[in-house]
Amino acid sequence: MNFIYDLHRTMMSQNLILVYQGDFTQESTKSILSMAERNLDSSGEDSSIKRKVFNVMVEALQNIVKHSDELIDGEMRSHAAIFLIGKEANRYSIMSGNPVRKSNIPGLHKKLDQINGLDKDGLKELYKEIIKNTTISDKGGAGLGFVDMARKSGGKLEFEFPEMSSDYCFFCLKVNVPRETE
Amino acid sequence: MEILNLEGTEDTPKIILDKKNGIFEISGRSLPEDSAEFYRPVLEWIEKYGKDPNANTDFVFKLEYFNTASSKLILDVLSSLEDIKAMKILWYFHEDDEDMEEAGQEFSELVEIPFEFKTY
Repeated sequence: MNFIYDLHRTMMSQNLILVYQGDFTQESTKSILSMAERNLDSSGEDSSIKRKVFNVMVEALQNIVKHSDELIDGEMRSHAAIFLIGKEANRYSIMSGNPVRKSNIPGLHKKLDQINGLDKDGLKELYKEIIKNTTISDKGGAGLGFVDMARKSGGKLEFEFPEMSSDYCFFCLKVNVPRETE
Repeated sequence: MEILNLEGTEDTPKIILDKKNGIFEISGRSLPEDSAEFYRPVLEWIEKYGKDPNANTDFVFKLEYFNTASSKLILDVLSSLEDIKAMKILWYFHEDDEDMEEAGQEFSELVEIPFEFKTY
């Protein structure tokens, strides 16, 4: 059972305060949010930082609920994804990982690159542009999640797509929220 | 006109739309799974109200948090209020919540309705 200790050590060394792996639904989203909220409250975190972390968490979790692709590998079907929160002296990191079909990666990559190429005002303009013209998709999204995460973070969205199989990659996203108020 | 009264939950806002008593308020948290479905009765209520509105309407938004899918629907609600006479939006934000203040300012730039900003 060494893996339990290994997992614990990894979590400690990566400064992870919350890890959830499994199926993501609106119900599990609400539970994760209230757990994280209690954690932030009990640590006495500044309320504006708390709100930004909460905000990024909601968008990241609802992205998984709405956009994570079902992994189909022969007989196996899985919706499993992972969500993590890290806390360091100077920042929180909200991280997620979920399977995406390779065919969905170019669009995702382009969108993230576009957002990372914009400054504060550019993000604001993009947000207004999308909200004016968007309609809610079948999946229930407004297409604003990444833009909003970038705005609340004030930094770049970090992402990678390690390969899972010939059809899937694992979309890893990391969004940092600084703990120093400007 | 019937009153629309929705109790707030951990992921949906409290909503009171009461023509007779002049109370129009959306408050709390809005991160429903299906924002379009959640706001449909609100939009339907406003459409009816718009046919015979009060002499003036102060519509209160006192939101603690909303997700991006809700932001689109909040814009739809604001747009549906746009053509109602003597409409005013009272946008409340917690005094240290700059993001909520900015969100209100952005909405005010997207619709032709006077906004009044208030802290709580």
